Amino acid sequence: MMPDQFLFAVEVMINGLMAGVLYALVALGFVLIFKASGIFNYAQGVLALFAALTLVGLQEGQIPFAHLINATLGTDVHHFGWQMPAILAILLTVGVMILLAIAIERFILKHLVNQEPIILFMATIGLAYFLEGFGDVMWGADVKTLDVGLPQGASLWVEEKSAVLGGEGFYGFFVDKLDIVAALVAAVLVISLTLFSQYSKQGRALRAVADDHQAALSVGISLRFIWVLVWSIAGFVALVAGIMWGAKSGVQFSLSLIALKALPVLMLGGFTSIPGAIVGGLIIGVGEKLFEFTIGPMIGGATENWFAYVLALIFLVFRPQGLFGEKIIERV
Amino acid sequence: MKLKLASVALGALMAAGPALADLVFPDLSYRTGPFAAGGIPFSDGYQDYFTLMNERDGGIGGVKARVIECETAYNTEKGVECYEATKGEGALIYQPLSTGITYQLIPKVSADKIPLHTMGYGRTSAANGKVFEWVFNYPANYWDAASVAINYLLDENGGSLEGKKIALLYHNSAYGKEPIPTLEALAAKHGYTLTLLPVDSPGQEQKSQWLQIRRERPDVVLMWGWGVMNQVAVQEAANIRFPMENFIGNWWAGAEHDVSPAGAAANGYKSLNMNRIADYPVFEDIRTHVHAKGLAAGDGSNVGKVLYTRGMYAAMLAVEAAKKAQEIHGTPDITAEMMRDGMEALEMTAASMEALGAPGIGPEFGVTCAEHGGSGMGIVQQWNAAEGKWVALTDYIAPDDEVIAPLVEQDSMAYVAENNLSLRCE
Repeated sequence: MMPDQFLFAVEVMINGLMAGVLYALVALGFVLIFKASGIFNYAQGVLALFAALTLVGLQEGQIPFAHLINATLGTDVHHFGWQMPAILAILLTVGVMILLAIAIERFILKHLVNQEPIILFMATIGLAYFLEGFGDVMWGADVKTLDVGLPQGASLWVEEKSAVLGGEGFYGFFVDKLDIVAALVAAVLVISLTLFSQYSKQGRALRAVADDHQAALSVGISLRFIWVLVWSIAGFVALVAGIMWGAKSGVQFSLSLIALKALPVLMLGGFTSIPGAIVGGLIIGVGEKLFEFTIGPMIGGATENWFAYVLALIFLVFRPQGLFGEKIIERV
Repeated sequence: MKLKLASVALGALMAAGPALADLVFPDLSYRTGPFAAGGIPFSDGYQDYFTLMNERDGGIGGVKARVIECETAYNTEKGVECYEATKGEGALIYQPLSTGITYQLIPKVSADKIPLHTMGYGRTSAANGKVFEWVFNYPANYWDAASVAINYLLDENGGSLEGKKIALLYHNSAYGKEPIPTLEALAAKHGYTLTLLPVDSPGQEQKSQWLQIRRERPDVVLMWGWGVMNQVAVQEAANIRFPMENFIGNWWAGAEHDVSPAGAAANGYKSLNMNRIADYPVFEDIRTHVHAKGLAAGDGSNVGKVLYTRGMYAAMLAVEAAKKAQEIHGTPDITAEMMRDGMEALEMTAASMEALGAPGIGPEFGVTCAEHGGSGMGIVQQWNAAEGKWVALTDYIAPDDEVIAPLVEQDSMAYVAENNLSLRCE
């Protein structure tokens, strides 16, 4: 029989890995856009919020802009009266995210071709504020319950099987079923994205644009199409992240703040690597949870937010480009 | 031409004249941002009640109430901007619904001589009217809430908490830390052990804290949360199968939207409340005189909810204080200083609440020059997930003044020393 304290540490580590997967899901969206266009997309967290709001709105049959319509026309309409199956609502939300990507390209990015990265970054800050307000007007600011049939709560199977490892004070490992689903979804997502970028024509075009915009343009790759494509994929990844986080807390405006959790992951994993986002997420997840478990009680707890950044900074000292980032060598 | 312009300007001034006589109640609301879900129903209730006064009663003492809404997004800087932007309009009272904004406004309202009402939040020791002339926190404050929770637990456990383990899960901010001194003092008195579990804002990720709760198995978890922290905590409690009846939130962690995302799993969760939930007759008046005329502050869907009721109750207390001020000074056109006098003479009785169409909406209390904190009483309510409503489990429970009064005295006297103030009401 193993000592309980050791088993608790293992449990914290397992849960850290699971939390890391959720951080990685958010970080993935940043990486995709940064890789293809060199833009640090400040609006990625808001994209997750907007996607989740749209999903719940469609599923519940909520009339978009109902408050505005009622205030202007003096009507009293709120719902279409349908309850849409989750899968259909997800597909329609993907459609909305593609439309959003087209709109972002048409109204923002198109006008900023060849601008400095900082200009594009500033544009995404504007986009974040706009989308947050737009989502508010479109779907309302109340907390919405997200139910797409995902399991939640402790996995009793894991709990029962592992309970024998420890003594009286050990109740088996706690693993949230939602976290297991999130890990599986993240794995499928990463494999699909890797296959897509390695073996499909569009994927290769995407990598070409990432390597060199002008060279890609010269061989006939449409930069505008690639941008729409990559923002659509980032929108899809945002939807997945929005579903996983929204299932825990309900869909509400603080969902956009999950982006804060992705920043240390990006610093650690590198802004240009999909595996980097995953590995970075896992390291941050495990690191912050273990630190909170071991050191937290001695210094008053609530260490996770800052420790994630400290961990990322420690890695940066040794690898400034991040674990998997590209080393930029500029010759003079 | 100059003469023409001058007469137009004079005409405009004269036309604007009556508007200056309105009773101005700024509403520092937050309908956007991460805390909007709590800000919207409160603001709807606050504004709807003033509209009701205008539409049903022709104003307060015959003078129309004018609400100026200013969006703070629960951001302290924006809250201060809102204060600065609205105070010149003849503001009678501020209700910022944020402890952070409250701390910034305390010195400002004291200098500008405008009352600040922080109902169940803000600086707890502001209950001492001898020190805080312009700040009121009736009917109850955070320390009262902590004590009410412990008194409820004492009652549930045959009068003893000896050897019990109580954990406080709190928002790692000035707000969340407020009950700690009280809970520590009460732990020394009643013999329970207190574990502190801070959650960093906004509280979307709480796995570490709930794993610790699962390991240490406290008998009771108390929660001082706000915003997304509440929903996540309720879900995580359900995930680890923590007995919901032993999980008690304070009155900022006990609204419908705090429990609804967890669905049936939230059943049995308890919270404190300073305003009992019921289908009050005043709601019918609001529907008839405000909503039916298209004058609702929001979409009308929040009537009767916990935070709507609290917002309406806050407005009700402001209106009653304004009436009192009109009575004391013999004029319907009151100033902020007169409003303060009205607040210091406010008395809420069972009969007065019934007359207002809201019997038992709050505890009975009276305010005096020295005592700005009210009775400090609160109820415990429990969530019934099947019916989707809060059910009151208790009547109003009194806090332990023996413990709280010295803490209020100590903290407010420290403020006196820091700011070199002299005491009033003596």
